[in-house]
Amino acid sequence: MKDVELKMLERAKALLESGEVARVIGWKKGEFIYDPAPASFETVDELKDFVYNWFCGANLSKYLIQASKKEGKTAVFLKPCDTYSFNQLVKEHRVKRENIHVIAVECLGKFDVAKIKAQGVSSIVDVEVQNKEVKVKSFGGETVLNKPEILLTKCETCQKTHQVKDEEIILHDRPERDVNRFAEVEKLEAMTPDERFAFWREQLQKCIRCNACRNVCPACSCVKCVFDNPASGIAAKANDDKFEEQLFHIIRAFHVAGRCTDCGECSRVCPQNIPLHLLNRKFIKDIDGLYGEYQAGETDEGKTPLTSYTENDIEPTDAVNGEAK
Amino acid sequence: MQDVTTEKKEFTPNIVAFCCNWCSYAGADLAGSSRLSYPANVKIIRVPCSCRVNPTFVLKAFQQGADGVILCGCHPGDCHYVTGNYYTRRRMALLFNFLNYMGIEKERTRVEWVSAAEGQKFSAVMNDFVKTVTELGENKRLTDLRVKEGE
Repeated sequence: MKDVELKMLERAKALLESGEVARVIGWKKGEFIYDPAPASFETVDELKDFVYNWFCGANLSKYLIQASKKEGKTAVFLKPCDTYSFNQLVKEHRVKRENIHVIAVECLGKFDVAKIKAQGVSSIVDVEVQNKEVKVKSFGGETVLNKPEILLTKCETCQKTHQVKDEEIILHDRPERDVNRFAEVEKLEAMTPDERFAFWREQLQKCIRCNACRNVCPACSCVKCVFDNPASGIAAKANDDKFEEQLFHIIRAFHVAGRCTDCGECSRVCPQNIPLHLLNRKFIKDIDGLYGEYQAGETDEGKTPLTSYTENDIEPTDAVNGEAK
Repeated sequence: MQDVTTEKKEFTPNIVAFCCNWCSYAGADLAGSSRLSYPANVKIIRVPCSCRVNPTFVLKAFQQGADGVILCGCHPGDCHYVTGNYYTRRRMALLFNFLNYMGIEKERTRVEWVSAAEGQKFSAVMNDFVKTVTELGENKRLTDLRVKEGE
């Protein structure tokens, strides 16, 4: 990972120095190794804080909505999953493509610090990865963990590849994976309505309506969000009403249906660890089953399943769990 | 005097029906003028097109105490706005499956195509839907507790 980081830094420096771009969007060192944050670098000097490591899970594509409107070009480092969101934003005319220089960077999965901590390792200083073994160095010494167990949820089933690039920095081959991302959705579908309701009730009642899922979501790019409208009746958390957060999450999932690229940022940022990606994946699964396989963000043009139709679409009554009854 | 505590209240569901102005609302009208009966607990809301029904409308109806929600529109191909109901069909197929996934039984939601000439069908659909929802019982899953009457 260090070699990739150096290459990225080199490119960022060169681009800024030559004046080809006015800013570079990447990740900035945090207080610890595991909390890098998205940042915009405008001078070579600022790049001393630049970082790319196993904890850079954040999707940078949404920052380009603002950045692409500024003067000068913006260079951005995009991981495979981020490029889908980028395409979707270009398709929806949120991002001006000509103002962006995309550098595709490799990603071999990102780590979830909470999962490492859950294994009893804290005060993490460094991580070293060799295939499926992760050596975690901490103040308490060295621990070897199994890589698949500490990946971010969104990385567990990721099979995405770069969909857009002006140049690329890829040094390591990514192992091929064969995983069913709908396995958990199918498990829920097999339950009775009562069980399903109980499951979602338990999950969603944890919601504190912090709106982090909405704010981080690259598909949630409305200038004025329906939930910011005080007259909507669903604008804020009402503690006495268990219905509210259900309504919030149903509406949010529906708003991004057909546009969600399954980047998994919603679940990553949720401070309450609600598996929000399972809501979006249900829509993706149903769309795949009813209207043909569709991956949002694969291209930056064309219609989405909900803005198109065919004359022989299935009737709502006949469609059950993405299949004809 | 009736004993309030032992009196059994028979459950009559609250049904909200979104009817499009051009076909289904006229179909309901025809059902009325042909003296066909449909249950009085069906509350019709007239919308310009079935495609006008935002998923929030459906959720709001449930929130405010509806036990079942039904959308009626022109038959596919006959939409007054040419393509409106094609979009309704996709949207609602996804929404109803999704609600089912959240634990709200699929039988509580329905889409039916009723033309202006189908008064008979309108009445039959409503009777059938009310029967289905009555069997399912009260909707407790999406109701806002604040709108409940004190019991």
